Amino acid sequence: MSVSRFWRKQVNRYNLIGTHCSECDEYYYPPRNMCPTCRRDGKLEPYKFDGDGEIVTFTIIHTAAEGFEHQTPYVLAIVKLDKGPSLTSQIVADPAKMKIGMRVKPVFRKLGEGSDRGMIYYGTKFIPA
Amino acid sequence: MSVGIVSYGAYIPRYRIKVEDIARVWGDDADILIAGLMVNEKSVPDLDEDTATIAVEAARSAIVRCGIDPQRIGAVYTGSESHPYAVKPTSTIVAEAVGATPVMTAADFEFACKAGTAAIQACMGLVGSDMVDLGLAIGADVSQGAPGDALEYTAAAGGVAYLIGKKKSELAAIIEDTYSFTTDIPDFWRREGMPYPEHGGRFTGEPGYFKHVTSAANGLMEKIDTKPSDYDYAVFHQPNGKFPTRVAKMLGFSKEQIKPGLVVPRLGNTYSGSCMMGIAATLDQAQPGDRIFATAFGSGAGGDAFSITVTDRIEKIRNGAPTVEDLLKDPIYMDYAMYAKHKGKIKLG
Repeated sequence: MSVSRFWRKQVNRYNLIGTHCSECDEYYYPPRNMCPTCRRDGKLEPYKFDGDGEIVTFTIIHTAAEGFEHQTPYVLAIVKLDKGPSLTSQIVADPAKMKIGMRVKPVFRKLGEGSDRGMIYYGTKFIPA
Repeated sequence: MSVGIVSYGAYIPRYRIKVEDIARVWGDDADILIAGLMVNEKSVPDLDEDTATIAVEAARSAIVRCGIDPQRIGAVYTGSESHPYAVKPTSTIVAEAVGATPVMTAADFEFACKAGTAAIQACMGLVGSDMVDLGLAIGADVSQGAPGDALEYTAAAGGVAYLIGKKKSELAAIIEDTYSFTTDIPDFWRREGMPYPEHGGRFTGEPGYFKHVTSAANGLMEKIDTKPSDYDYAVFHQPNGKFPTRVAKMLGFSKEQIKPGLVVPRLGNTYSGSCMMGIAATLDQAQPGDRIFATAFGSGAGGDAFSITVTDRIEKIRNGAPTVEDLLKDPIYMDYAMYAKHKGKIKLG
């Protein structure tokens, strides 16, 4: 990931800041520029999720992408936040103890790094609550 | 000085390695090491944890514990000897992640094991002079010990954050005064670009730790006219269990006074977080009106002494975040091979 691409959404990744449409009361993560329901009538405002949620589904990665080879096996899951939106995230947990429906909470972790010389990318992962 | 601790938060990674597992690899006698160091096991960071992530977790815990608006924080200082970048502040990452940016100042501190308490003193100055409303001072480390070096038995990971303020109704503890004693001593160093620190053998004990801790501690007690028996608790920098126990005795503090804050046997030396972790563990169980005496030590070298009085507000905030004991519970033990992987000690081809 390029430095500029990560930086643009850095605050959202650090603090789970998405958007809320006050017109239809829908919550979005990642943030939207326009409410897909209300279109031009939508009133979007930044919204900071507390990060509590549950596992919708998960997979255990044994053959990882470049940069993650030494973290295997690790858990990748779809987390549904209590306010509604779902996101894909790494779960810091024992793969053998993962269950669909388990409650999770956010933690601040390294998401990756460019190289030994590159930037370190930080953001939100989840752990069992 | 009407400045004090508004809140505090600690963070300790869940992984641990036992001293006997390290000793087995290097052919050392674990029983002698455990008895000599008074350390049974030490914390190890996860693969995706570093000083910045630990500092953020500790800072968030401090903010959640008291429920303040992070926009009131006017200064964020992170003390560490293991900042993830040589150039780029850990403190900007922390400040962004706790929601304190952008109208604030930030900088990283380095003074071996006492960079965190130096950050507290800087925040005390800024808050006391009304330059900022609240200051966030953090000590966090994923400290390094070379494979087979004596430091490997104790170099641990963890961090503690203190919110420093001066509004009387918000203070969980008043810092009555602080006193520092600093000289130039070659007891411990790490050159730029080097992965592991070196230590100057005979400079570590008497000329380093004991001289600076006793000088700072006695200096503060003389300055504010107190004596060890005036305090309910005492905390000293804990690179191992032996040094703080011995220095407490030298100064006239009892084993009972240092017991709540002596977390090193189950944690190891969290360097910049070490003394601050002991203060946090003591605040976890102190009662309103209790007095705490604390002295941090940083190689290089210096001692920072603090005299602290706990207020009624401690009982309102104490349960707002995990205690140090909560963080020490339920560890995941690992062997030396996994520890070496977590600490990046394995050279990849």
